[in-house]
Amino acid sequence: MISLTINGQKILTEHNKTILEAAEAAGISVPTFCNDKRLIPHGACRICLVEVEGVKNLPASCTTPVAEGMVIRTHSERVVQARREILSLLLSNHPLDCLTCEKSGKCKLQDYCYEYDVKEDIYGGEKYNFPIDASNPFYQYDPNKCIVCEKCVRVCNELQCTGAIGLNERGFLTHMGTPFEMGMKHTNCVSCGNCVSACPVGALLPKNKEKYRLWQVATVKTTCAYCGVGCQLELHVKEDRVVAIQPGEGSPNDGLLCVKGKFGYSFIHHNDRLKTPLVRKNGELREASWKEAYELIVEKMQQTKATYGADAFAGLTSARCTNEENYLFQKLFRAVIGTNNVDHCARL
Amino acid sequence: MTNSIREIEAADVIFVIGSNTTENHPVIGAKIRQAKLKGAKLIVADPRRIDLAKDADYFLQIKPGTNIALLNGLMHCIIDEGLQDHEYIRTKTENFKALREQLKEYTPEKVAEICGVEPEDIRQAARIYAKGERAGIFYAMGITQHTTGTKGVMAISNLALLCGNVGKTSAGVNPLRGQNNVQGACDMGGLPGDLPGYQKLHSAEVIEKFERAWNVRLSAKPGLTIPEMLDKAEAGLIKFMYIMGENPMVSDPDIQHVQKALEKLDFLIVQDIFLSETAALADVVLPAVSFAEKDGTFTNTERRVQLVRRAIQPIGQAKADWKILMELMNLMGYPNTYHHPEEIMNEISSLTPQYGGISHDRLSLEGIQWPCPTKEHPGTPYLHKDGIARGLGLFVPVEYEASAELPDGDYPLVLTTGRILYHYHTRTMTGRVEGLNQISNEAYVEINPITAEKFGMRNQESIYVISRRGKVTVKVYTTKTVEENVLFMPFHFAEGAANHLTNRAIDNIAKIPELKVCAVRIEKIDDPFKDEKLSFGDL
Ligand code: SF4
Ligand code: SF4
Ligand code: SF4
Ligand code: FES
Repeated sequence: MISLTINGQKILTEHNKTILEAAEAAGISVPTFCNDKRLIPHGACRICLVEVEGVKNLPASCTTPVAEGMVIRTHSERVVQARREILSLLLSNHPLDCLTCEKSGKCKLQDYCYEYDVKEDIYGGEKYNFPIDASNPFYQYDPNKCIVCEKCVRVCNELQCTGAIGLNERGFLTHMGTPFEMGMKHTNCVSCGNCVSACPVGALLPKNKEKYRLWQVATVKTTCAYCGVGCQLELHVKEDRVVAIQPGEGSPNDGLLCVKGKFGYSFIHHNDRLKTPLVRKNGELREASWKEAYELIVEKMQQTKATYGADAFAGLTSARCTNEENYLFQKLFRAVIGTNNVDHCARL
Repeated sequence: MTNSIREIEAADVIFVIGSNTTENHPVIGAKIRQAKLKGAKLIVADPRRIDLAKDADYFLQIKPGTNIALLNGLMHCIIDEGLQDHEYIRTKTENFKALREQLKEYTPEKVAEICGVEPEDIRQAARIYAKGERAGIFYAMGITQHTTGTKGVMAISNLALLCGNVGKTSAGVNPLRGQNNVQGACDMGGLPGDLPGYQKLHSAEVIEKFERAWNVRLSAKPGLTIPEMLDKAEAGLIKFMYIMGENPMVSDPDIQHVQKALEKLDFLIVQDIFLSETAALADVVLPAVSFAEKDGTFTNTERRVQLVRRAIQPIGQAKADWKILMELMNLMGYPNTYHHPEEIMNEISSLTPQYGGISHDRLSLEGIQWPCPTKEHPGTPYLHKDGIARGLGLFVPVEYEASAELPDGDYPLVLTTGRILYHYHTRTMTGRVEGLNQISNEAYVEINPITAEKFGMRNQESIYVISRRGKVTVKVYTTKTVEENVLFMPFHFAEGAANHLTNRAIDNIAKIPELKVCAVRIEKIDDPFKDEKLSFGDL
């Protein structure tokens, strides 16, 4: 264990931690853009810098390991001033369209500018002027909003391991992009959206069908209904509609999803959803009430059981339904109808 | 899975066989690649040059249906070079001698011939697997959907035991289960011979336990599997079917046969969220709700029971499946009321030892991996930690057998089927997501460019694919992903459905159909002789 002081507070921590980790463990929050627990620390954005007594410059807390006896200040005047400069520089090359930006309310640049009281573009310098890449069906990329934190690139390389994107050009023009600017659609991108979920600003955004502000949505944690990985999801719900999905943290998916889990949810509100029971009359399926449907089913069940016995029934339960429903389905067949003819598509 | 998804990153060898992981279990695919980045060795065996083959240290492109030969060949090489885990075999397994005897004839040369790979690659892959400290095997339907599926699973288990990879972290035998809750449906007794928790019907004690709990007399007569149900329905012996959330009219082999069987029924109920191809045949269709409209639990492929939470109101008059089932039970005179799925889970945990300690309350923090016998039990990340469940790990020697239907003069090509990244099962859900359809919206068949040329077919051309059971029209997609004379079709698409062609020959033990191998021929649509050939798909 190592002992150090952060903002006057004595802290004990393990030796293989970074300053940022030690601070966070002590409940002190430090701003970050490029840091992500799941990724190798990268030190690209420098917003996390702190003051360390006896060290001349301000080191990035996310890449600097703790050392015995360190005295650290995370919000000294010098630190705050340096962060304001970083934010001002970012802002001077950022389209100031928070009013219509979909990320508003969950944008780190917006949050930190508010926190550090950085109002406008004081440098008035040149701004990016790149075309927006909307070639992927599920998300769009606005390079003009990219703050070059490289999170997306590292997520795609280190976690998703697809390696579809990288940094293009040098100096002022550096931005995330596709090889030869060919556009997302033409890369080997698998549309998992893991880069989109990680982007701290509005550069990578899902193409939303419905307009909503992040503060208007309720968040419900649940489990993906597609494959057996069972990824944890957060459904964003506005006015009884699912409007977006974010990956859940922790097991089993650690913040990752695939294209189906991330973007494949619009079926929920599709017009084709069955909204009433249907009963076949004169050869055709017609809308009916639950009462009608149930009465018919019960009559047929009783008739069939009386005439042919319980083993004339067969049921397919569902690998798509919940445990509770599968349990009830087999109970209906075994305890109520009286047959073990229950199976499901485990083999398909 | 004997082991957990989290453990993948610490494996030092990963062997993927019969699983196109990056498309079908994408997040597990990503984790396998993460392990590879951290230095794990990767072996991939598959009839298709799947995406993961790029990352593999050894890729074995085997002929469809030859898994067991390959697995036996790998074991032969391991024993030949003395690389097996002698201590583990001596203390934790039995029947090794019989295995060693039986494997003698599976020389790499002979196996290479059967599988269509190089003998040296088999030797190398065997060495890598055997030298792993923590070597995990991952497989899916590419192993099981064969007439020899059960034996394939046994061969995998033999290999894992041989190198002491059962009962430790980051190793194991890891079937990747397809649907979100196929694990749970099995756990809950959605099987003709098992009550919840795999408690066997043939045990009088089990029957008595459930009779007491449910307060009824139960039948101990084993039920029918899906293929048997369909056969009996076609024969007029099954009169009434209730299908909840499944679409056998697209997903099951030999769709013509499925249709005949379902049409023969007196009464068919289908409960689903869309009017699926199967629902269209029903007498009554009951509208169920999607996962976003109900509470409950799913159990994932690593046995993790996780909460599903209601986020929105049911659409229209749709009802949660559990409500419908409960109401029907009540109307049938079985008084049994639950106010919330939580209460159903309490009943499940009282009757299912593996779920004994599971409640919605506990799950609200994090999912729990069964076995979890008590309220205090933390769950089980990997199985067999304290020895194999049945005592000693049993080696069961299995022989390679050819698939039920092999190519011949009339049907000279092999068709194998599977899924793709952008769709799920029969597309009732993904087929209604615009972006997914933009990427992929029609059936196609993968053909090696050389085979395509032999038959005079161009990329993107519509052709007929014909088997003894049916004929479909699909687009050609020329690719070196498949070898010459092997075709691949995704089965998702109702139009041009691969399952019009597939063979319903089944594995005698697990009753799983041989969806991965059947014999077909291909024809150009403008073929002048086409009318003289089998063509009921056109009728
Ligand atoms: S697109 Fe977003 S995540 Fe990627 S580098 Fe730019 S700001 Fe960072
Ligand atoms: S969507 Fe996925 S594959 Fe595509 S660039 Fe982003 S992280 Fe990479
Ligand atoms: S997000 Fe993708 S990988 Fe995860 S459970 Fe859903 S379908 Fe499977
Ligand atoms: S968060 Fe530390 S440098 Fe970006």
